[in-house]
Amino acid sequence: MADASYPTELLYHPEHDWAKIEDGTAVFGITWFAQDALGEVVFFDPPEVGSTVTAGESYAEVESVKAVSDVIAPLSGEIVEVNLGLGDTPENINNDAYGDGWMVKVKLSDESEINSLLDAAAYEATLS
Amino acid sequence: MAAASADTALKRTPLYDRHVAAGAKLVPFAGWEMPVQYEGVRAEHLATRATAGVFDVSHMGEIATAGPDAETYLQHLLSNDVTKLQVGGAQYSVLCREDGGVLDDLFTYRLGAESFLTVTNASNHDKDLAWFLKQAEGYDVTVTDAHDQYAMLAVQGPQAREIVQALADAPLPDRFTCRHRMLRGQRVLVCGTGYTGEDGVELLCDPADAPMIWDEVLKRGAVPAGLAARDTLRLEVNYHLYGNDLMEERGPIEAGLGWACKEDTGFIGSDAVRAVREAGPAEQLVAFTMVSGIARQGNAVVGGGEVTSGTMSPSLEIGIGMAYVPSEKAAEGTELEIDVRGKLRSATVAKKPLLKK
Repeated sequence: MADASYPTELLYHPEHDWAKIEDGTAVFGITWFAQDALGEVVFFDPPEVGSTVTAGESYAEVESVKAVSDVIAPLSGEIVEVNLGLGDTPENINNDAYGDGWMVKVKLSDESEINSLLDAAAYEATLS
Repeated sequence: MAAASADTALKRTPLYDRHVAAGAKLVPFAGWEMPVQYEGVRAEHLATRATAGVFDVSHMGEIATAGPDAETYLQHLLSNDVTKLQVGGAQYSVLCREDGGVLDDLFTYRLGAESFLTVTNASNHDKDLAWFLKQAEGYDVTVTDAHDQYAMLAVQGPQAREIVQALADAPLPDRFTCRHRMLRGQRVLVCGTGYTGEDGVELLCDPADAPMIWDEVLKRGAVPAGLAARDTLRLEVNYHLYGNDLMEERGPIEAGLGWACKEDTGFIGSDAVRAVREAGPAEQLVAFTMVSGIARQGNAVVGGGEVTSGTMSPSLEIGIGMAYVPSEKAAEGTELEIDVRGKLRSATVAKKPLLKK
């Protein structure tokens, strides 16, 4: 776990999730703050490709040694890809929260929801 | 303000400053502010298995029992045969209610012919002490709350003995025995016991000496390890955790602790324990491994039963746990279905201990 960071090219949901928007799709993951609060991640239970996710609702579970946490979707849509690599290396969620620790790729159903997300500075302000 | 907060203030062990210095994440536990982890659970766990970990377990309580009737009194309270406990010995037992329900599980050390020290779980210490005092009537014994007299450190792992031996004036006691030794000039009760499945010792010392011992074992390579690693370590070898796997509503036979119960001694609860042993328990505590995922405390077993402990095993790298299941499902190899927050996951009843050394 490196030092805290919140890349400016990402958008954030206040429940500690990030979204990287690209042409009507978005990649989701959890923030540095979330993985730090959780501690070492030992299990990621991915959703199915083709299932739908709703902004503000849980779409997956992530487990540390002691606790289980829901992962909240920052935006709504249909899952088109899941990071199957996390099955073997869930620790990537800690080690590379914005890179190899990505969780799902979603085809967005309502791009207007993007306006409700926070930029890095606004998200960081919610943490203090 | 000070008076109002005094009731709820968390107690700190004499090693509190050391924990802060070591970067611990401190959490409330049974009224104490305790280190749950330092560098990380996995690293601390694996270091204890590979070399040595040091755990501050000063939250655990001590009850001293002394007097001419000490042995007969403890024989009445504790499930094991206290007359078999030699001076300098250590013995595991459970403390039962009349109906056989488990009040606590305990290690008792015999310090002299008429002197014993019993280590309690932090969450049960006050309850145990009240029970001990209540039962003392009619016996020529003095029962003393010794919690404030001791700090307790566990040094565990393949290098633990070597590390502690380097501080000691004489050879360390063998497994399941205890001796007073001078560690760097300070008198310490060294016990060949632990809660990790590793070789090692538990050190009962004057609270004032705890920081010195902590520093000395760290200097020699022991890694600070927190309560989270203590939990994963004990679960891999299927030691019981009171409040998870043991409770007043269940007895020692179903918990698999019949080996620590000697009903012929007539201990409190022995009639109830004997009845369950003879009839066979309706449920039994089993160890299990998961095919995938992690079952947690409170998850239901399909067809009856409940998970009492569950985690991801750092050594085995699979989900493991313990559960009470109907006795017909307790055989090794039985397939279980566990309801993990609405998703059914498969588990297999496995032989204890899950981790073989």
